[in-house]
Amino acid sequence: MSTTETLKELAEHVEAALEEHVRSWEIACGELTVSIHRDRVAKVMRFLRDDAACRFTTLIDICGVDWPSRPDRFDVVYHLLSMHHNHRVRVMLTTDEDTPVDSLVSIFPAANWFEREAFDMYGVLFNNHPDLRRILTDYGFHGHPLRKDFPLTGFTQVVYDEEHKRVVTEPVSLVQEYRDFDFLSPWEGARYVLPGDEKAGAKS
Amino acid sequence: MAETDIRNFTINFGPVHPAAHGVLRLVLELNGEVVERVDPHIGLLHRGTEKLLEHKTYLQGIGYFDRLDYVAPMNQEHAFCLAIEKLAGIPVPKRGSYVRVLYSEIGRILSHLLNITTQAMDVGALTPPLWGFEEREKLMGFYERASGARLHAHYFRPGGVHQDLPQALIDDILAWCDAFPQALADIETLLTGARIFMARNVDIGVVSKEDALAWGFSGVMVRGSGMAWDLRRAQPYEVYDELDFKIPVGKNGDNYDRYLCRVEEMYESAKIMRQCCEWLSRPENQGEVLPTDTKFAPPRRAEMKRSMEALIHHFKLYTEGVHVPEGHCYAAVEAPKGEFGVYLIGDGTNKPYRVKIRAPGYAHLAAMDHLNKGHMLADVSAILGSLDIVFGEIDR
Repeated sequence: MSTTETLKELAEHVEAALEEHVRSWEIACGELTVSIHRDRVAKVMRFLRDDAACRFTTLIDICGVDWPSRPDRFDVVYHLLSMHHNHRVRVMLTTDEDTPVDSLVSIFPAANWFEREAFDMYGVLFNNHPDLRRILTDYGFHGHPLRKDFPLTGFTQVVYDEEHKRVVTEPVSLVQEYRDFDFLSPWEGARYVLPGDEKAGAKS
Repeated sequence: MAETDIRNFTINFGPVHPAAHGVLRLVLELNGEVVERVDPHIGLLHRGTEKLLEHKTYLQGIGYFDRLDYVAPMNQEHAFCLAIEKLAGIPVPKRGSYVRVLYSEIGRILSHLLNITTQAMDVGALTPPLWGFEEREKLMGFYERASGARLHAHYFRPGGVHQDLPQALIDDILAWCDAFPQALADIETLLTGARIFMARNVDIGVVSKEDALAWGFSGVMVRGSGMAWDLRRAQPYEVYDELDFKIPVGKNGDNYDRYLCRVEEMYESAKIMRQCCEWLSRPENQGEVLPTDTKFAPPRRAEMKRSMEALIHHFKLYTEGVHVPEGHCYAAVEAPKGEFGVYLIGDGTNKPYRVKIRAPGYAHLAAMDHLNKGHMLADVSAILGSLDIVFGEIDR
């Protein structure tokens, strides 16, 4: 298990070797996070896999994160593990709905499904992916369900149609609205105008 | 018929095939009886766990983890609790750690028992599941006595476990640990040397070390290929560094080695459980299973009868929930199937901003095409069984 000092050494080593590719790095919660430029991902990953001090030979995970307020709204987060040196690293880059990220399938075959999942859930595009199909959602599904602007209830529901004697897709209809309770304390957490407070603001 | 008319035959395997271990649909391209291409279609059990977690408080979220790999529920909860603890800096009392390890190992045996016996069923044996499920039934009884539920336990909490174990339960688990090696040895007499079982598994689905790394394998899938990699040993969490256990490692990386690894791991798990039970029984080790001095754990019932503060705290904890600070972290456990990880992003509120669940089975199933190429059609179910996949965690 790597300590903060060894992680720091590792980060400095990576930064020295890949200076123009790395944007920044930080160590938090005992984990190293390296932010890189989007178009350099293949180079960085190849270095991390092959360099003797890194040897991150296992791709643990690729996932997307949505930050709708940013111009580059998606983070793509890669988790790597080195079983040789027993350490981990997280590599992050940003992208938007239209700009593709280079696929890692040629470097890590395991990236195939993880990238398909990120595409399915967020609509992140990957260059040179051999088979960028949806993976988890239904056949014929529209939209990217993990985006923050996709409602929890979705847009369509699947029901059995007695008339056509088959399963059909129709707009979602809920007997009761989904109840999203607001438990945040109005003194601490709430980031909105409390009901009634807008009148006080108008008066003054 | 002209030679050019010969074409590969495409068949559907699943999603309701009994050897598909749930709802897997495989599109197989066959050349005669030899598999040329496998295209797994997954997602038939997709429930949007990650989306739901973004809309639930941290405490409500734990329950969704039981429903991922539903044959070893508490191991999943464990990863989520570890992630919350890492981000929020919640201490875990030693007794809580031991109870968690005890139940994680129960989960491991639950999972391995199900896997080896149903894999035997996939290749034609009917008795092993019946024998294995008897032991599983007893273990789920222990689950029930600790948490009230046989499967969806919701027992682990950030900071420990929900309630302490009664001494009678610890004694019963200890008694079970005495009897289990014999029961497992009985199951082994049905399988380990059985001619049909060996014929179907030896040298089938061979995973080389390079493959295991390239395809992101973990758990038994790398140990079967001869790499002694186990997170419990390599990156010890909880109290695994204080416990005495061995990491069984395979040699050839085939189905049969993985089966042997799982069997040996069960013996080791029973050993760990025995050590935990003995530790928990000692009078000097009695105490709390949740931290008492943080706002992350509920006050004890007796305290709520007397203290107004405790009552308010209880109410706030179960309505508003805990606030986890901004930041991100990754926590992984050695789940029975491999590395189960949770990548958690907190935004300072009472709900996670993003939870990414890294399921080991997902990476393993992704390699189906690679593993099956060139094998016979009948080997597909044998390989699928030895990957140890459960659709709850793959589809999420």
